Amino acid sequence: MSEPVLEIRDLHVDYGFGDDPTHVLRGVDLTLHRGEVLGLAGESGCGKSTLAYAATRLLPPPGLITGGEVWLTDRDGRRSDVLGLTDAQLRAARWRDVAIVFQGAMSSLNPVFRIGRQLTDGIRAHRPGLSPRDLEARAAELLEMVGISADRLRAYPHQLSGGMRQRVMIAMALALEPQVLLMDEPTTALDVVMQRQILEQIMELRDRLGFSVVLITHDVSLLVEVADRIAIMYAGEIVEEATAQEVYRRPRHPYSSGLLGSFPPLHGPRRELSGIPGAPPDLQRLGAGCPFAPRCPHAMDVCRQVRPVLGPPSTGEDRRVACHLHDADLVGAGASSGLPPELAR
Amino acid sequence: MRFVLRRAAFYLFTAWAAITINFFVPRLLPGDPVTALMGRMQGRIDSNAEESLRVLFGLDQDMSLWDQYVHYWQMLLHGDLGLSFTHFPTPVADIVTQALPWTVGLVGIATVIAFLLGTAVGTGIGWRRGTWADSLLPITTFFSAVPYFWLGLIAIAVFAVNLGWFPSNGSYDRGMVPSLSWEFVGSVIYYGTLPALTIVVSSISGWILGMRNMMVTVSSEDYVTVAHAKGLPARAVVVGYAARNAILPQVSSFALALGFVVGGTLVMEMVFSYQGIGYTLYQAVSTHDYPLMQACFLVITLSVLVANLVADLAYAALDPRTRQEG
Amino acid sequence: MATSTTAIEVAAPTGPDDVAQGVARPGRRPRLLFLRNSKALVGIVILVFFGILAVVGPWIAPYDPDQVSTALLQPPSGAHWLGTDHTGRDILSQIIVGTRGVLVVGLVAGLGATALGVIVGVTAGFVGGLGDEGLSALSNVFLVIPQLPLIIIIAAQLPSAGGITVALVIGVTGWAWGARVLRAQTLSLRKRDFVEAARATGERTWRIVLAEVLPNLTAIIAAGFVGTVTFAVLSQVTLAFIGITPVSEWNWGTILFWAQNNLALQRGAWWWFVPAGLCIALLGMALTLINFGIDELVNPRLRSTGMHARTLRRRGIRPRVGFTPVVRPTGPGVRDVGRPALHHAPHTEEER
Repeated sequence: MSEPVLEIRDLHVDYGFGDDPTHVLRGVDLTLHRGEVLGLAGESGCGKSTLAYAATRLLPPPGLITGGEVWLTDRDGRRSDVLGLTDAQLRAARWRDVAIVFQGAMSSLNPVFRIGRQLTDGIRAHRPGLSPRDLEARAAELLEMVGISADRLRAYPHQLSGGMRQRVMIAMALALEPQVLLMDEPTTALDVVMQRQILEQIMELRDRLGFSVVLITHDVSLLVEVADRIAIMYAGEIVEEATAQEVYRRPRHPYSSGLLGSFPPLHGPRRELSGIPGAPPDLQRLGAGCPFAPRCPHAMDVCRQVRPVLGPPSTGEDRRVACHLHDADLVGAGASSGLPPELAR
Repeated sequence: MRFVLRRAAFYLFTAWAAITINFFVPRLLPGDPVTALMGRMQGRIDSNAEESLRVLFGLDQDMSLWDQYVHYWQMLLHGDLGLSFTHFPTPVADIVTQALPWTVGLVGIATVIAFLLGTAVGTGIGWRRGTWADSLLPITTFFSAVPYFWLGLIAIAVFAVNLGWFPSNGSYDRGMVPSLSWEFVGSVIYYGTLPALTIVVSSISGWILGMRNMMVTVSSEDYVTVAHAKGLPARAVVVGYAARNAILPQVSSFALALGFVVGGTLVMEMVFSYQGIGYTLYQAVSTHDYPLMQACFLVITLSVLVANLVADLAYAALDPRTRQEG
Repeated sequence: MATSTTAIEVAAPTGPDDVAQGVARPGRRPRLLFLRNSKALVGIVILVFFGILAVVGPWIAPYDPDQVSTALLQPPSGAHWLGTDHTGRDILSQIIVGTRGVLVVGLVAGLGATALGVIVGVTAGFVGGLGDEGLSALSNVFLVIPQLPLIIIIAAQLPSAGGITVALVIGVTGWAWGARVLRAQTLSLRKRDFVEAARATGERTWRIVLAEVLPNLTAIIAAGFVGTVTFAVLSQVTLAFIGITPVSEWNWGTILFWAQNNLALQRGAWWWFVPAGLCIALLGMALTLINFGIDELVNPRLRSTGMHARTLRRRGIRPRVGFTPVVRPTGPGVRDVGRPALHHAPHTEEER
């Protein structure tokens, strides 16, 4: 596997500065390799967006990063911990090394500035030497790269359609050819046809420009199509991580299995959509055990007492899962009555 | 363009409404005081002037309301607002035209300064939440809660009576003849400083609080986060993204709050005996000079409408969305 | 005087201070939240104090406020805590007795304006179409016309502009702001599912308005009410100061009227005009604080971050948009926060 460009180590994030904060990220480990598309999936409120915001320190108050490291590799191969940068260093690294496309295509653009100005101000901040004409030319080039004619540079955001605005955001994110592109539900607000077009465009640009992508969405079936690897989040932690095909064909965590069961399959025979019983947990009231245990159809006594650790499953495959069902010691000790069939394929 | 035309149409409508209110107020209320005053003036008042007062206050019982209304408009369009009772027989229109420039100069300039300064301070406080800047909030709350005129009283007591830095009333040195000389202008500025400062201090807190709240709201908009994500310099984010958008509602509330602010600051003229519209209104009230009172209200309202229209033009210039055709 | 909103007549609960956290907790009732807001609480305490004063004022005032004495224009002393005026009347008694007038006018004007505002605003928002256009234009007209001059010319032409009359005039002219805000909110409520559902099941319009719409407007109506009371108090005091309302009716503005007309400023009689003004400021501040509480309840973004600035500083947290604070207990970078972690920093710009 190629070298890592973004390494998140044991990241902890709280909401609230008081004595009783909500722990929204609880020790997240994740690595993004060069040129890779990493999918991040989970229900609303599982912390997947928080992860993207925290990794760039864009999380608004009362967000607070309480532990961990985020190592970012720049184009010259130097690694730095985002959480230890000064404001000036962080500003310099943002957009140059890591760019973000946010969920709200409608609200991500400043309504009072022309598109052209919003495309160029980021470039100018990082490359102060460029002449206005160079900036303009670069902005036009970027717009055409995402299939928008350059004469829209003089348009205001309200004069563009939703799909166009999101393309503008993508063009903007690629302005400095960053190493890492974080995309938080980039197509959720768009219709299905537009979603597909935009994702295809991103993949094509990735092939051409060679950046790495973290694609955050609640739509697992979409990830199965475009991602190289998929990480599944639940209650502020990663519960399973493997290649897209492995996750799709052989989910190991009961939650992954349930999440896949709640979307129609892409190919093959139709099956009944199952969904997951119960509601996402209240992060204020998590017990000592596995956070998924109350909703898990296969929960054992140990699940309610001991929090499982993300690691390779008992089968020794090259993937990670946080579930006692796959815990080698427990399986060996005969604590489980064998794996349920849908997790043992 | 459509936006401005629509607003202009609205202000014309409002002007019509204000004039109509002005027409009806003396008619709906018991008219005895006017009749009594007219009785006292009997003989000293020429028939023309008596006629316009009758029209203004609806004393002609034989005319239909509609005829009275048409008549009233005809008078207004000729600039005839009747004669003042106290400064008899000076036409009210003359008194009002003399007073208006003083008010526009004092209240107008002070209000604009307060708006600009308050918006700037509010930007700072809103941007640095959770720092020492928040401790400015209780102070501004206090200032927004005191009546303007009381601050004027305190200012006079401290700076005019005790310290003697400024004169306590008037708008220029009475020993001077009004002219465009440096001396006279200097005197006007000297006399105007204390009232102007008091108006700024008392009205600024509203703008600070409004801008602070808008900054807090706008700061969590996605485009501000995007500006941060782009690594833009702090100044560019605050000024170009946050404040640039937060000022839009601030400008429209400037338009709406103008009536309120002007009302309060006119009382300041009364405290400082500053020879503007507010002081004229005060004198008219205390001497029961009804024609003058009515005229002051009309002029104040129309001036506020004009200021509103200017604020709307500024808004249209600031927000590209209003310039959209269709 | 009754407290100004129904939402506050609940005893103050005690508990962990988590009111201001950004994450809403399910199942916590808003009225409890409201009382935990320290700003609102301070405001309510002040308001209750003046309310009690308004009720029992005439019995606890040390003197009859109209009783002249030979102690002319005396500074504060043991006999007259706040001194006397030019005819030897006790100023403290004038303030205590005047409280009732101020609060009654504020309350009556606030109730009147709020009732008008609710009727106009909710109707406009709910009926839509031409009716809405007309009512909106009407409230915009009243919003733009300067209220105080309008109140002055109306009050000055009334044969006797006593407290209640003035209150009614203020109420009739001061409803527009509330109507505007309520209309906007009603418009958005009208499109919500539960209102649509009630319509679909054939509920009668007035029932939908009473049962579905109004309860959801409580906070805004309360805020509008408090705002109008503030405005009414200031207007009434101003009118009294100008001398439009009868000078025999005691309120805080009347005291200032006497002070101004008897050259209290020039004579240096600060006890004559400072305490009355401070009372107005205190009452106005109390109302403003209550409104802050309501605002923060409605718009959580305005809440301060839930801790005192000092506590945050001690923990090394500087809450900022765009730069999430990092407080790492152990491991690398603990002491490195805010210091270069590597050696190729291209900028030397330092944070303000």
